[in-house]
Amino acid sequence: MSNPFNIIGQEQTSKGLPYQENAEGLDVKKRIENMISSTPVFLFMKGIPDFPQCGFSANVIAILNSLDIDYRTFDVLSDMDIRQGIKEFSNWPTIPQLYVNGEFIGGCDIITEMYQSGEIQTLLAK
Amino acid sequence: MDFKELENLIKENLKDAKVEVSDLTGTGDHLGLKITSNEFKGKNLLAQHRMVMDILKEELKDRIHAVKLKTETYE
Repeated sequence: MSNPFNIIGQEQTSKGLPYQENAEGLDVKKRIENMISSTPVFLFMKGIPDFPQCGFSANVIAILNSLDIDYRTFDVLSDMDIRQGIKEFSNWPTIPQLYVNGEFIGGCDIITEMYQSGEIQTLLAK
Repeated sequence: MDFKELENLIKENLKDAKVEVSDLTGTGDHLGLKITSNEFKGKNLLAQHRMVMDILKEELKDRIHAVKLKTETYE
């Protein structure tokens, strides 16, 4: 059975970097707002771009890398407040979660379908 | 998670739904889920998936670790 998590296959160069945060005294919602407005493409994931810790996160990373765009990530495994807070923020119960221009786009399935339909390419070209 | 129970839960909420469940990893908590229902009509992909995720909200807290979701309409 082919790996259901890896739809891209080939190795790519990654332009994805973990988000450097200074969060003294900020509540979870403010921290999240700062993250998603810090850069056009922001991914809440498990792990970091070079070492995703879950198949679905790895899938989205592979898609973002194949689109050759800059993006920032946050490792929800490193912070329970964000891991829980992001689910309430977007009203979406799972990780990964992709944000473009501060707007929640979807999780792995939606990003995969948008990649296959070409929709994500047009969205990111704006 | 018991697939029949999952199917019934979805059908309670999406009356006309056809539900196909597959076990992605053999552990019963990484599920492939294909749902056909006309309730998805006229909704964008995120809205369709959100409908399903809301139905599975409780199960996703512990009994289901991950869902690979495909939504379709009958026509």
